Amino acid sequence: MSDVDMRVVKELENKAVDIRKMLIDYVQNVGVAHLGGPMSATDMAVALYYHYMNWDPKDYKAKDRDRFILSKGHNADLFYNIFCDMGLFTREEIFSEYNKLHGRFGQHPNRMYLPMFEVSAGSLGHGLSLATGYALGARASGDNYRVFCMTGDGELDEGSNWEALMLAAHRKLGNLVLIVDKNQIMGTGPTEEVMALGNLTDKLTSFGWDVINIKDGNDMLQVCETLENLPEPDCHAKRKPIAIISNTIKGAGVDFMTGTPSWHLGSVDDELGVKAYASIEAFRKYTKE
Amino acid sequence: MAGYVFNFDLMVPMMRARDMIPLTLMEEMEKNPDIMYFGADGFPIGSLGDDLIKKYPDRVIECGIAEADMVGSAAGAALSGKAVICQTFSCFTTMRATDQILLDVAYNEAPVCLICTHGGLTSGGGPTHNAVQDVSVVSAMPNMTVCVAADANQCVLALKDFLANPRPMFIRIPQGEEPLVYSTDDYGYQVGKAVTIADGPAATIIGTGCGTLYAKNAAELLAQEGIQVRVLDMHTIKPLDTEAVVKAAKETGGIITVEDHAASCGLGSYVANVLAENGLGIKFKKLGIPDEFAKLGYAAELHAYYGYDVDGIIRTVKEMI
Repeated sequence: MSDVDMRVVKELENKAVDIRKMLIDYVQNVGVAHLGGPMSATDMAVALYYHYMNWDPKDYKAKDRDRFILSKGHNADLFYNIFCDMGLFTREEIFSEYNKLHGRFGQHPNRMYLPMFEVSAGSLGHGLSLATGYALGARASGDNYRVFCMTGDGELDEGSNWEALMLAAHRKLGNLVLIVDKNQIMGTGPTEEVMALGNLTDKLTSFGWDVINIKDGNDMLQVCETLENLPEPDCHAKRKPIAIISNTIKGAGVDFMTGTPSWHLGSVDDELGVKAYASIEAFRKYTKE
Repeated sequence: MAGYVFNFDLMVPMMRARDMIPLTLMEEMEKNPDIMYFGADGFPIGSLGDDLIKKYPDRVIECGIAEADMVGSAAGAALSGKAVICQTFSCFTTMRATDQILLDVAYNEAPVCLICTHGGLTSGGGPTHNAVQDVSVVSAMPNMTVCVAADANQCVLALKDFLANPRPMFIRIPQGEEPLVYSTDDYGYQVGKAVTIADGPAATIIGTGCGTLYAKNAAELLAQEGIQVRVLDMHTIKPLDTEAVVKAAKETGGIITVEDHAASCGLGSYVANVLAENGLGIKFKKLGIPDEFAKLGYAAELHAYYGYDVDGIIRTVKEMI
């Protein structure tokens, strides 16, 4: 297992702090937005887009780029802010176009308006099939890129995921990496109460996947250790596809948002904004002053 | 499309759409490495499809009995840069995978061609296997081109149109073993343009899918009795050839539509929309499946029972004129 360069971890943690703060600024400007999911997925998304994926914002349609399929489309807000930070558009553009007629930024992403998204998403249970198709297409073309697919945990109730899990395992798509942002809360309540996934590791393993658990998916070091040690992409290698179960907390980084379904969607006034910024700062693990 | 000549020596013993599709793909996949073919329990051992899998193991994908995933993964492969043909029973594709067709294919503008077999009541399997609402469901989806092939050759022509211009597309065929409507492919087939098979002033019969053969045969029998009717093969439901409908309304004594599909929401209603929007108050009758789960049995008997076989069409024309 390769060691992770702590400088990278710190750099990425700093970036995650920035992005979480941008999300607060964003919701204060657009009014209401999804927050709980974007906060839980921030660390993984930042690690992928800023370091571990072969993905260049200046050439985001490069043929050999890694593909990131966002299945939990209601986390578009997180990626709007990442892409904004990368210089693909300004915050003013987002604020003036968010969920407006002729705007590009919807509550869920549309790839025709924003081509840096691989797929238009929103309805749950679609991404893993699409990602499987990308991996099949890559193998047919001999292209050695990785295909990442990020789902939520509640979303895994959709049966189409399990069809896709079977196909990807049957075809031994070793370049496919499923990331379950297991933040444990779905729209109306705790995932285990609404519809228990039970032992997800066992389920995915029995479906023919190599499963890696990240104990704390909001700990940048643990995220980096996992991504650092993914096997080299080889589209022709017949290997088990990889599922990363990233155990996260919905609303992670903002104390008053955590552990409750009510911050799935929300708005943040000035007073809450101050609390949120302080909480995000306090959430640092490796870059505390 | 013009200029493509079928090898009739090859075709005569197997004029089945179900064979013509893999045969066509065998040729096309050789020429174009970016074509992939997905099926759901669709490649029986020893079949032409099975030969394709052996030849192109990474490009022909058996998805198992999982239509939603078949369509979703086909869309993913398409978005990765492939032109993807996806084939199975229409009832399963369009009902189990409606969401994937709408969002993964149509909304994402993924170049996937859904070849949907056993359209209408042609499966003989009863209401679980009938595809009665399929055309209306996919026609209501933006970005979709919707073709309902009259015979095996026409299915190939539609498929070649997709391969020449990959885009979200639905091609419906009957069971896949029907007689040919056309003895040649050289009849100016063009997606979105109806074909005039027969002409006459008494009325216009607009057929689609297996309705076209019934309409053609009915017109021949009517001609023997001195009744000359126009027959239009409306092989494309979307975009609909509205000009041909308007012309027929103005030039002939009435319009009868024939489809192996729910008459309440298919070809007949799209034609009715054109008539109403153009203020054309003419004699008009829709033939198709009524608003009920169809009786059990094979297509020939059911089509006759519901009045859209050759005899039913002749009867309707005579009542109209």
